[in-house]
Amino acid sequence: MVLSPADKSNVKGAWAKIGGHGAQYGAEALTRMFLGFPFTKTYFHHFDLSPGSAQIQAHGKKVADALTTAVDHLDDLPGALSDLSDLHAHKLRVDPVNFKFLSHCLLVTLAAHHPADFTPAVHASLDKFLAAVGTVLTSKYR
Amino acid sequence: MVHLTAEEKAAVTHLWEKVNVEEIGGEALGRLLVVYPWTQRFFEHFGDLSSAAAIMGNPKVKAHGAKVLHSFSDGIHHLDNLKGTFSKLSELHCNKLHVDPENFRLLGNMIVIALAHHHGAEFSPSTQAAFQKVVSGVATALAHEISTVLQSGLSGMDIIYLELEDLKWPPH
Repeated sequence: MVLSPADKSNVKGAWAKIGGHGAQYGAEALTRMFLGFPFTKTYFHHFDLSPGSAQIQAHGKKVADALTTAVDHLDDLPGALSDLSDLHAHKLRVDPVNFKFLSHCLLVTLAAHHPADFTPAVHASLDKFLAAVGTVLTSKYR
Repeated sequence: MVHLTAEEKAAVTHLWEKVNVEEIGGEALGRLLVVYPWTQRFFEHFGDLSSAAAIMGNPKVKAHGAKVLHSFSDGIHHLDNLKGTFSKLSELHCNKLHVDPENFRLLGNMIVIALAHHHGAEFSPSTQAAFQKVVSGVATALAHEISTVLQSGLSGMDIIYLELEDLKWPPH
């Protein structure tokens, strides 16, 4: 699945509207994922997973910053995310099925906070974008 | 069977009292067809699905979405017996309409997103978690008849031959 010019424009536009709330939304998406899909917690057994924990906040910021990098390099996601791909392939080894749960919770978070901007067309572009990021992050697994 | 705690049941029924079932249903089905365009394969008779605007404004999409969500509402009132509540619909979707059960999961997530879209902060992480259990339970109940077909002794190839007969393929 390839990002069309319209998709890229939708993704950049949506990300710009997030303003400085990236870290907050990242943390909220993680919280939604841990509650909605408890098996995802297995990768974070070393974390304090109580909602609002400092570790979830910090990790939410990391996720948001990585997505910002991705948004700024939509024409070369593999290049921009290469180090993260290595990390996921050789150290973290998060099973590929799990990326869609975090993606879903990111979309839920954005829908809840930006209803006017989260049109079906923008929703579709963001879904494609997050799927592409997940594909890149698992691309070096084998 | 879906197991909700007392708090989760309360969160679900509390939010559901405020839900505009027709609106959420139309939005969820519309978003399914926009975000996952291959799902349009089941709705070619709905008319104009050529753009996001056409899909979201299509009266057949809205009507069907409302129907779907009214059934879903039934499920919310019968969480202890989803299999029984959806057994006729499961028979219809699996054996007549031939819908891949993955589609029930996709639509369930679109219902969750539509609820978040309409209810914002009130659709808290713990409320979402309760609804994820509900949509997952309904998807499983709707898929039940497929597992029945597969256990009936029909092999995968038998099922494919039956499907091809349905489609009158190959043409003689």
